[in-house]
Amino acid sequence: MPGSPSEPYDLAVVGAGPAGLAGAATAARLGLSVAVLDAAAQVGGQYFRHPAPGLGAARPQALHHDWAAFTELRGRFEASGATHLAGHHVWAVTRQGEEAWSVHALVGVDDGAGAGREGGDVPADGGRGGTDTGEGRGTRGGRADGTYSRSALADGSRGTGSAEVSGTPGAGTGGEGRTGAGFRGRRPVRLHARAVLFATGAGERQLPFPGWTLPGVVGAGGAQAMLKSGLVLPGRRIVVAGSGPLLLAVASSLAAAGAQVPAVVEASGYLGYARRPGALAANPHKLLEASVHGAALLRHRVPLRTRSAVTEAHGTDRVEAVTVSRLDRDWRPVPGTGRRVACDALAVGHGLAPQTELATGLGCTTRRTPDGTYALVLGRFQQTSVPGLWAAGEAGGTGGWQLARVEGELAGIAVAARLRALPALTRSRRVRDLARRRDRMRAFAGAMAAAHAPGPGWTAWLDDDTDVCRCEEVTAGSVREAVTALGARDARTVKLLTRAGMGWCQGRMCGAAVACLAASGTAQGTVPPSAERRPLAVPVPLGSLAALPEDPGQGDT
Amino acid sequence: MARTPADLVRAEPDPPFEITFDGRTVTALPGQSVAAALWAAGILAWRTTRHGGRPRGAFCGIGQCYDCLATVNGEPNRRACLVPARPGDAITTQEGHGHAGLAV
Repeated sequence: MPGSPSEPYDLAVVGAGPAGLAGAATAARLGLSVAVLDAAAQVGGQYFRHPAPGLGAARPQALHHDWAAFTELRGRFEASGATHLAGHHVWAVTRQGEEAWSVHALVGVDDGAGAGREGGDVPADGGRGGTDTGEGRGTRGGRADGTYSRSALADGSRGTGSAEVSGTPGAGTGGEGRTGAGFRGRRPVRLHARAVLFATGAGERQLPFPGWTLPGVVGAGGAQAMLKSGLVLPGRRIVVAGSGPLLLAVASSLAAAGAQVPAVVEASGYLGYARRPGALAANPHKLLEASVHGAALLRHRVPLRTRSAVTEAHGTDRVEAVTVSRLDRDWRPVPGTGRRVACDALAVGHGLAPQTELATGLGCTTRRTPDGTYALVLGRFQQTSVPGLWAAGEAGGTGGWQLARVEGELAGIAVAARLRALPALTRSRRVRDLARRRDRMRAFAGAMAAAHAPGPGWTAWLDDDTDVCRCEEVTAGSVREAVTALGARDARTVKLLTRAGMGWCQGRMCGAAVACLAASGTAQGTVPPSAERRPLAVPVPLGSLAALPEDPGQGDT
Repeated sequence: MARTPADLVRAEPDPPFEITFDGRTVTALPGQSVAAALWAAGILAWRTTRHGGRPRGAFCGIGQCYDCLATVNGEPNRRACLVPARPGDAITTQEGHGHAGLAV
């Protein structure tokens, strides 16, 4: 591959889930040079998380209904010539000029990039940096400023994340013994690209309740992630609760893996779907999916309780039981309906919230989804409101992996059409077909979101001493005081007054709840806007920021 | 009917190895995160909070919530749900911000 060290990639893709893989494979097949940056050690994103090779799973498909589709997609990606940069935590994207972006990432952060084919063996020298992958790739071609170029990665260091940057010799990797993934070996890297595709996925939305900080209370998606990647369960008797279709999938996989599931507790009903019969009828695969999960729950004798919520988790050092209460239409607990259910774990979540900070940091506009989250506004060909930036998958609104794959392919074609000045690429029958499928699945996603939108009465679950912000241990009482006594009307003001959202996770866990409480003094809807503006998408050491080279044109970012 | 996740996927893992949690020996499998190895041993908490001293462990499972911070080989504030377990790792419960030992 030609190129000087500073020659940019045509396309940088952030995220290696279904959207990112489809986008990268498509763009590469159409002649673009593509790099995919992803924080995990293996491709697949959250949905297709799967055990590391060392776990020797002979039947990974037992945890994935769509495993064959994933292996096909992964195969296409691997054959496409796109570069996979594993273990790359992207913390910002900046504009360098016309058709010129810089993607900033950290390598050697708490990641599993070292747990590759060798099963994460400790290197023979007893502790090297996190960019050591056990794949035995030598250092090649990185520049001292940590910039990646196409020529440096001409061997396509797939699946290793070890495309080297030559940092200061010995920086952070010497002499501290076995530091595993090399926390002190964190190093910043930059990658230049003419276009960026955000395939950043979503995180789980949480609504607090008394006892939700007890050990054994985990995210519903979190329980599934730990099961899919580590083959472990948080307990043997696991209640699944919250709202949204993910709960059925989580419950059926936990039960299949040997857990007892005393109940699936869904705050909405499922009748909400029936209000949009068109979207249902046009998406039979979704009904099939639901019936597969439903059948699994019947087979495992898991009762489903709708219009109910876990309103308290009990225990001292770990969860021992939960109280399940009936809810009225506004999600307010109906007095006297609380029933205690014994369990040793609770998997809870209220749908998914798109991860958009990298894009919103560049000015991409967002829209409010029917369930109150914020998603990127996207055009016919997956373009954001900022020229040169595209997005696919959950970042544009939660809709499932099939939708993500379709949108990724559309975006890949659109980027190639733009960069190669071949507008005819977007006028093919394939593009029309993809767009039709996308629109159909987006309509279903909207119907689902509307059916599971949190009711305003959920805040009645909270006691004054319930921690709302897990990181900073800020109670509902403190937040309410900021609203009622001090006049806060939005999450940002609450943060300034109480520290809620100021901790490690930067409001990802408490953001929705704080925004709801802040809006209780206003006449807004159920889940009001939260200030999802994070200039840095992951924690960055000050040293890394200080080490950033001055770029021409950086003054205007 | 599978009784364990390993049954379900017919796992034949590479040989297990040992790590320690607060001095106690824990068996881990190659490819598991520190959090997964601790869960497999029935351990759900490996941190106490800065203000209330309350126990915490893994919550989101995907590196977003920072609840699962642990001290790994003397290094505090590692996300146990992401850090791969390695033979001989010494995991210790992290108290508060984990820097109490530093003169700062």
